Amino acid sequence: MLDLFAIEELLSPEERMVRDTVRAFVDAEVMPCIVEHYRAGTFPKHLIARFGELGLLGANVKGYGMPGLSSTAYGLILAELERADSGIRSFCSVQTSLVMGTILLFGSDAQKSDWIPRLGRGEAIGCFGLTEADAGSNPGAMRTTAKRTKSGWLLNGSKRWITNGTLAEVAIVWAKTDDGVRGFLVTSNTPGFTARVMHGKLSMRASDTAELFFEDCALPEGALLPASLGLKSALMALTQARFGIAWGAIGAAIGSFECARDYAVTRVQFAGRPIASHQIIQQHFAEMATEITKAQLVAWRLAELKDAGKMTPVQVSLAKRNNVRMALDVSRRAREILGANGVCDDYPPMRHAANLESVYTYEGTHDIHTLVLGKALTGIDAFA
Amino acid sequence: MKILVAVKRVPDTTVKLKLKPDGTGVVTDGVNFEVNPFDVIAVEEALRLKEKAGGGEVIVATIGSKDATQQLRHGLAMGADRGILVVNDDDNAIDADVVARTLKAVVAKEQPTLVLVGKQSPDGESNQVPQMLAEHLGWPQATFASKVVVAADKASAEVTREADGGLETLSVRLPAVISADLRLNEPRYASLPGIMKAKAKKIDEFTFESLGVAKAPKVTAVGFFAPPERKAGAVVASVEELVNKLKNEAKVLG
Ligand SMILES: Cc1cc2nc3c(=O)[nH]c(=O)nc-3n(C[C@H](O)[C@H](O)[C@H](O)COP(=O)(O)OP(=O)(O)OC[C@H]3O[C@@H](n4cnc5c(N)ncnc54)[C@H](O)[C@@H]3O)c2cc1C
Repeated sequence: MLDLFAIEELLSPEERMVRDTVRAFVDAEVMPCIVEHYRAGTFPKHLIARFGELGLLGANVKGYGMPGLSSTAYGLILAELERADSGIRSFCSVQTSLVMGTILLFGSDAQKSDWIPRLGRGEAIGCFGLTEADAGSNPGAMRTTAKRTKSGWLLNGSKRWITNGTLAEVAIVWAKTDDGVRGFLVTSNTPGFTARVMHGKLSMRASDTAELFFEDCALPEGALLPASLGLKSALMALTQARFGIAWGAIGAAIGSFECARDYAVTRVQFAGRPIASHQIIQQHFAEMATEITKAQLVAWRLAELKDAGKMTPVQVSLAKRNNVRMALDVSRRAREILGANGVCDDYPPMRHAANLESVYTYEGTHDIHTLVLGKALTGIDAFA
Repeated sequence: MKILVAVKRVPDTTVKLKLKPDGTGVVTDGVNFEVNPFDVIAVEEALRLKEKAGGGEVIVATIGSKDATQQLRHGLAMGADRGILVVNDDDNAIDADVVARTLKAVVAKEQPTLVLVGKQSPDGESNQVPQMLAEHLGWPQATFASKVVVAADKASAEVTREADGGLETLSVRLPAVISADLRLNEPRYASLPGIMKAKAKKIDEFTFESLGVAKAPKVTAVGFFAPPERKAGAVVASVEELVNKLKNEAKVLG
């Protein structure tokens, strides 16, 4: 696999072993089934128990019997998963960063010990509901509300584009209250809660994406994440998840790159020469390898900063924005190198490219991160 | 039940190795190393036998540079209990016999009921260590095992081996040396919690001297060279030309 700047040397023996385990698992158990699921538009549910056994879910969580891996090791896991498909990585990102991460950041001790071990073993699945039909880049416009009642809360509203939505036993739902936006743990058996699969996606087809509806859902007091205070709490959880995306996208890029390289050195056109012997094709490889290498260095450094407790949201915006755009560009170039074969699902680049359109949009669109950087660099807010 | 598994650090079997220009060995810079895949199967079998016996200890041992600690950690991450490293900095300076005598010294220290090893390693491919070790120990051996069943009293084991014409089942007294073939089992992955736990497991280090083993190889490598490259084939225009070439150039037809 592409590693021109010897990132391998920067990894600890444990980090390498973790990466090798996940790489072998992905090759043996994810690669053989992913295309079938992508075609059918289904998530490979049989993998969930395997994720749990291997310790992939919540791999960077310390305590609660979780592996407690370094951020680098966690990033390497996500890159390996996304080498197979962004939908597989999304499942693990949501479970780890958005669900377990949110509970660990804002949950009570009881909520943590109730949910973290089961989520880590893959016995329970979670989802994270922030986006609504009319509140995407601006989640502050959300309409879902939670009103205080004598015994707890009454939840009304809906969420859209929610990854793992129909698989989930527990949804983290962000809703407006009299004290601003707060997070709630809503179990799928709550009367008035429904989850519906969203059909017609041309991207992220092997991921479960759902609409969630809440009609007079009565929630107990214990459903509130007590330390969640305002929209900034939701954004804090997203920062952790975006860290993972910056790593994961590299996997999709490398998967596309390796496929195109194998293809270009064997595909012969004109005078018995492989297409890789032409300068334009070589330029593609030079550009792709350069951009992948830069993204690897950004991701590696970001993990160091994260483990040192110094990672900032601006760094995360830069990394998510750069690495996802890089991966999208690489997968498109790889698709192009494959010619007509590139539009066929026998080869991964176009599937990666299609998936990355979602990754480009979710967890803060590319342009929203542009504005985050713009604001940080100029001091002027260009959002509204 | 105490089981000793010998494991070897070998170059990643999926990469194409290059020879050093002076012919003294293969280039190892930039090459990833892994545990000999047959040894991984041996570790897996040891773990399963321990699980079935409801207790015991699995020890992984290797002879190699300090870097080979990584391969021991792999075994520990799969679930082995502790490791033994016999430090050796030059792989070309020892042969299968030195390895077998070193393992014999480790066996003398540990007194296992069973020694499990891979049938061969993909680097040297000599397939000699298990047999030599059994001979040095004066123990029974069962090589190329595709199934191992230990008797309830742990005094013997039934081993199915893959022979050319079919399967052969042997009964061996324990202690014994068993070498693992490809179909013995499907090894587990080193799980992530397992990898973290392995960090805390003990690895004891020894030298040949401290084990009282003479580092005196009987076989030394004289040189390494790549097989000659195959010449490109020729396309013939007609059946007549083909027959003519087979008769007059290849001289395989009369
Ligand atoms: C497959 C998939 C899975 C998802 N999973 C989840 C999930 O699990 N949980 C969840 O809560 N959400 C999820 N989302 C939703 C995702 O986070 C939102 O789609 C995203 O935040 C963008 O919102 P939007 O789609 O409403 O686009 P909009 O906000 O309507 O944006 C449309 C376009 O306008 C641009 N734009 C918006 N505002 C500005 C501005 N001020 N200046 C300049 N340009 C602007 C955007 O960059 C974008 O190009 C998922 C989405 C997808 C596609």
